[in-house]
Amino acid sequence: MALFSLFVSVVFATLMRDEPRDQALFGLRLFGGFMAAGIVIGWLLYPLPL
Amino acid sequence: MRADAADRVEPATNKYLIAVLAWAIPGAGHLLLGRRQKGVTFLITLTLMFAAGLWLEGRIFPLGFDLTQPLVGLAAIADLGIGIPYFVAKFMGHGAGQVTAITYEYGNAFAIVAGLLNMLVVLDAWDIAEGRK
Repeated sequence: MALFSLFVSVVFATLMRDEPRDQALFGLRLFGGFMAAGIVIGWLLYPLPL
Repeated sequence: MRADAADRVEPATNKYLIAVLAWAIPGAGHLLLGRRQKGVTFLITLTLMFAAGLWLEGRIFPLGFDLTQPLVGLAAIADLGIGIPYFVAKFMGHGAGQVTAITYEYGNAFAIVAGLLNMLVVLDAWDIAEGRK
């Protein structure tokens, strides 16, 4: 999940921002958002049976 | 600030050629348009993502639309979005997909999303070639 989030964040940040500093900040925010969402959704699904 | 029509610089490059090259080699469109940092980033990231999909035992879905399995056809189109690496991987015998591997679905997700992201990169290169960005 972390590797997938990293790849997607890098590509989206590079696509949507032009300056390297803006790309880095936006990429970090995206990566953090992906990771946080993955962990929260994972815990929400935890009680559900397989 | 939006540029007026008179301010826009008409690119000297052929936008159709840019789009085809951007699809075939991830990042090539941006490199040809002088966006070196973006081009190199796309080239490295998307190629690595596709390779990670193969490493995780993902499958390169075959072309040819079977109506009984429409999702396979859609996955093939998404895989094909990565361009030449799709054919190189097929030629080298990768992407058979080990369905019993625990990472099989992860590998599919990596390869499919790499192709879809490259389609977005092609659209971005097209916009740049048209002078919109």
